[in-house]
This record gives sequence, structure tokens and C-alpha cells, in this order.
Amino acid sequence: MVELVTEFVLEARGLRKSFGGQEVLKGVDLAVRERELVFVIGPSGSGKSTLLRCCNRLEEPDGGHVLVGGVDLMARGTDINAMRRRVGMVFQSFNLYPHMTALGNVSLALRKVVGRPRRAAGEEALAALDRVGLAAKAASYPAQLSGGQQQRVAIARALALQPQIMLFDEPTSALDPELVGDVLRTMRELSASGMTMLVVSHEMRFARDAADRVVFMDGGAIVEEGTPAAIFGQPFAERTRAFLGELAR
Amino acid sequence: MSAFAAQFLDLSIMWQAAPLIRRGLGTTLLLCAIVIPLGLAGGLGVALLSLAPSRLVRWPLAVAVDVFRAVPPLVLLIFVYAGLPFAGLRPSPIEAVAIAFFLNTSSYYGEIFRAGLGSIGRGQSEAARSTGLTGAQTLAYVVLPQAVRNVLPDLMSNTVEAVKLTSLGSVVALPELLYSADMARSLTYNASPLILAGAIYLAILWPLVRLISRFENRPAGDTALG
Amino acid sequence: MGPTALDRFADAFLNPVVTARYLPAILKGVVVTIEVAAAVIVTGLALGLALAVLRSFRIRPLNVAIVVAVDILRALPPLVLILIVYFGLPNAGLTIPSFAVLWLVLSLVLAAFAEEIFWAGILSVRAGQWEAARSTGLGFGGTLAYVVLPQAIRIAVPPLTNRTIAITKNTALGSVIGVGEILNQATTAQSFSGNATPLTLGALAYLVLFIPVVALGRWIEHRFRWNRA
Repeated sequence: MVELVTEFVLEARGLRKSFGGQEVLKGVDLAVRERELVFVIGPSGSGKSTLLRCCNRLEEPDGGHVLVGGVDLMARGTDINAMRRRVGMVFQSFNLYPHMTALGNVSLALRKVVGRPRRAAGEEALAALDRVGLAAKAASYPAQLSGGQQQRVAIARALALQPQIMLFDEPTSALDPELVGDVLRTMRELSASGMTMLVVSHEMRFARDAADRVVFMDGGAIVEEGTPAAIFGQPFAERTRAFLGELAR
Repeated sequence: MSAFAAQFLDLSIMWQAAPLIRRGLGTTLLLCAIVIPLGLAGGLGVALLSLAPSRLVRWPLAVAVDVFRAVPPLVLLIFVYAGLPFAGLRPSPIEAVAIAFFLNTSSYYGEIFRAGLGSIGRGQSEAARSTGLTGAQTLAYVVLPQAVRNVLPDLMSNTVEAVKLTSLGSVVALPELLYSADMARSLTYNASPLILAGAIYLAILWPLVRLISRFENRPAGDTALG
Repeated sequence: MGPTALDRFADAFLNPVVTARYLPAILKGVVVTIEVAAAVIVTGLALGLALAVLRSFRIRPLNVAIVVAVDILRALPPLVLILIVYFGLPNAGLTIPSFAVLWLVLSLVLAAFAEEIFWAGILSVRAGQWEAARSTGLGFGGTLAYVVLPQAIRIAVPPLTNRTIAITKNTALGSVIGVGEILNQATTAQSFSGNATPLTLGALAYLVLFIPVVALGRWIEHRFRWNRA
């Protein structure tokens, strides 16, 4: 394992990725500090989801490096499964396992990846469910939960592994409007408790209120980044202004 | 290995058996031309009758369908061929095959058509009736085409089974493909004619089997394993 | 039909004397049918699942071999396979008892159909399920075993039940090569007794065996449509 000294929890360096000849990431650099909440915004097709998915190698980058806690995910000797434990991921479509209860969903990796005995895994999973306010639903199957509850269980599933950083890939896009608030509240609490988070989302109000830094991507590259006040207040780049103007209409 | 090849892949024996097997193939195709249309028609009838409002129609039909699905087709065939003479009827082998497999395949086709009809929402026939189409027209032009499309893979798969079923005709000495090949085998003491017959069945059915499995293996969304 | 005609009919198809005489033989056939069927179901389903799992590793030459073998077994009438193995192998110097021929052929046929059904089940599990599991650190094998297969098998159960029933009924083909199952006992008894009653008994035996299974299959089909999240 190659350990490098870095002040960042997550660092992407020169990430490149193409799909069928089309370059989706054109050498992206992005770094996230401990306890930071970084928001990635941009038009669809700008490469923000691909960037996120490269950060735990669900998508294999064509070039560049991803460092998590100083460990290069792309290096040869790196145990990717061990590293993925340290990078929690929350998906747009929840992707809960439909054949398992909420508790089963959360405790599976604790048992099979971390190797906790069943009992201890159950206790830790229950604690994680409690953090998202769903300890009472531990025995429910995904089909018995609302979309917002399902997404919070998915957050607990990632949280239970005590990751160093959590990635959120449009976590509220598949939700009915009235269910979005619950998930955002959970995310805000997570951030307040010190979790490092990288979020791809269209929830601009949430970005404005909660983010430490906002990154605007377009055409496979980062166009500009800054505090929410700066990006939403007086964006530098023409493209950022156009994008935000489009949203405001 | 050469003993193996001599026993299964003797080309000169296959060549000798070819005329017999060609006639057998003709009979097999004839059987298919009888069994498949009869089964499809019977199956459609079963499906439509199972929508009948009266329980006096539906229940006996459901029992009959289950009975003919529970009894192995060969047992049905033997029963018709060797049993009916005791009731004073003497079906020829081809009649016995037609009767037995009509009962069997129309039960299976019936279940498939029934599922297909069930998959079409009420709204479709209500919309059609609201434009003045009769019940029969609604069925023929609106409901059935959609129903058939929804269960096409199952219909094709059952048709493959029906073709394979005709090979059972050999048991009642009907000189179809398998019977002819087996006769050639017993004349030559060599299994190559059976392999030839197998190859012919493959040539007929493999394209269908491939097509069916293409239908069945449509991945959910953008699946990427691993 | 007058009463005499009905009597004659009953005499030919459900004769009490013939029934008493040949029922034991038919029952012996029932035992054999159950034995072969059970053996076929166990080996066929296990082999089918194993092949589907093997296929999910996507080793190209292996998968081509699996697909070709499965296609052939699905396209050939089982009686053709039975005759090839039964008559061909002894001449090539390999003798297998007819019971084993029937078991072997039907197991392979069931395995072929089961492989296709399990594989379709594996494919129908959404990509997001793999991704979610992999993102928590589960490896390929763990994801397959704990997340994908449980869902795939559940999807496979209804079609698999119906297919298994259909192939299990093919144990009747054993009569052609002299396996002492129900149909064989029935036709033998019929020719000895000159009466159709043994055939009726045979058919009834199949009904008793299979009607519950057919009903179970239908029940499972309704039961197993569950809400996928």
C-alpha cells in the first residue's frame, strides 16, 4: 500500500474517464478536507456523477489517482474492498436489498466485510439506524418503507461501516417532494456531527445553507469553486452564471 | 475415442439411413402442422372459456386443464392409443397423436393465453367498446394482439416443446423422425442415425431456442456485473 | 349409453378384479417414479445453479461452452437423448443401467433449463444492487452469494417450478428403455390382462402424484410476485 502524506480525506488527481470515445472527465482535480461538506453542481452530463463513482472505483477511471486518507485506490497492491469500507456511498435509487430487513441491509457488510459476529453487527447496525432516526423500523423490509425512509436506511448502511468520507449521488432526486426534507435533515445532522461529505445534488437551497464549498462542473471539468456565498452570489464564470440563471427561472 | 466416433458419427451409415430419415422428417413436419395449429386454437378456446361468467363452465375447464397438465404426455398418448380400443374406438397412430397432444398442448397454450389476456388492462377493452367495436372485434383487434405480444416468448417456448413432443409418436410406431432413425439404428447396430436425427431436430429448433433465450435474458436496466 | 354399455365400459377401464391383481405392480412403479424424480430434481437443480454461478464469472470460452450445451439440451427431444445414451454407449463399450440413463439424461435436461432460468434471474437483479454491495466493500463472490443470488433464486422459483414439473413428468419416458416406473408397469399389466384398467390406474397414479404439484406451482406463481424496491 502506498501511503502519501496529505491533509485531505479524499483527493482526486487528474481523473480521466471516457465512455465510447466521449470524454466525460477531462483530468479533474478535487480535494476534500476533514469535516468538510463539498457540493458538486452542474448540468446533467457534466460528469459529476461519474466523478463521484470514480472516487470508490465503481467506475474505473482511465487515468489519474484517487487518494483516500493518503492511500492510492488506483495503486496495484491496494485492497479495493477494504478501501471501499472507508468510503460510504448513497445512491439516487437507494439500492436497498429487497430481500433483507432494514437491519439486515445495514448489518450485511459489518458481518461479511468487517467480520463482526452476528450479535455485535446487529447492535452496531441498530445504532446506525438510530442515528438516522429509524431504529423503530429495523425489522421492516424496504417495500414497507417510504422512499425517504429507504434512503435514510441506505445512509445508515454506509454510516455503519464508519467511513472516513461519504459520497452522495443525487440522494433526493428519486424522492417525492414531501419526502426530501427528511433526507436533507439527516444529511445536515451527519455533517454537523463531523462527517466528511461529498454531495452531487440539485438541491440548491441545501447547498447554499449547508455546504462549506461548492464546485461547479461542466463538460467534464471543474469550472470554478468557492464558498456558497461566492458561487451563488457573484459567480466568476459565464457558464456558472448561465446554469444558475437557468435554475432560477 | 475412435470406437466412440464409429458408434456415433459413422457418415456412411448416416448416408445409408438418409432416405428413411428423410421420410421420417416429412412425417414429423406433418405432425407439427397438425399438433401446433390444433393446440393453439384449443388453447385460445380454453383461455376465452376461462373468462366465462358461469362457474359451471370455468371450474370443469380448470380441472380438465390441470388433469391434462398433470398426466405425462406419453401416458396420455398410450391411454388414447392402447386404451380407446377397449371402448370400441381404434385410432390410428396419427389420430392418437393428434388427440393426445391436442389435449396436452391446448392445456399449456391455454394457460399462456390466459396470462396474456390477464395482462391487458380493462381500460383497453373499455376504450375499444366506447368507440362502438363489438366484443368480438375488441378481442380480435385490440386485446388479442397485445396479449399475444406480451406472452410471445412463452408461446414460442411451448411451440418448441410441441415439436419435441411429436418424437413420442415413435412409441406408438408412427414412422416419424425418431422412429425412422431408431429403426435405422436397429438395422445397422449403430447409433449414428440417431445422431443424424438429433442434428435435424437441432437444425429446426436451435434458432427458436436462441431467440427465446434472447427474450428471457434481457438484463434489468444497465447491468454491469462486478 | 345404456346401463349395459356403461357396465362394459367400467369393466374395461376400471375392473375391480384387474385392479386388485395389478395395483401392487403399479404401486411399485409409483415408488420407482418418485425415486427417479427426486434424484433428477436434486442433481438437475444443483447442476443448473452451479452452471449459472459459473457463467456469472464471465469467462468467455467457458460461457460459450455452457451456452452451446444448454441450447442443445433444450432443443433436443429428451427421448432422442435417452435413446442415444441407452443404445449408443453400450456399443461404444460403456454399459449403464437404464435407471441411470433416465436419471442422467433428465438431470442434464433439467440442469440446462434451470441454468437458463437462474441466469435470467441473475441478470434481472439490477446493476444498483451490485453497486450498493460493492460500495460497502463486499467482493464479487460475497455480492453474488448474499445479495444477488437470494434475489435471483426468488425470481426463478415460479418458472423453475413449472419447468421442473414438466421435466419430472418425463420419467414416463423410462418405459421405453425398460425402467420399471408407472407407465412401464401399466403397459405390461395391460398386455397381460388384456384390459385397459392398468392404464387407468397408471393415469390415476400420475394424477395423484402431480395434481398437487401442479396446484402448488400455480400457487407459487401467485405468491412469489413480490414488490421489488
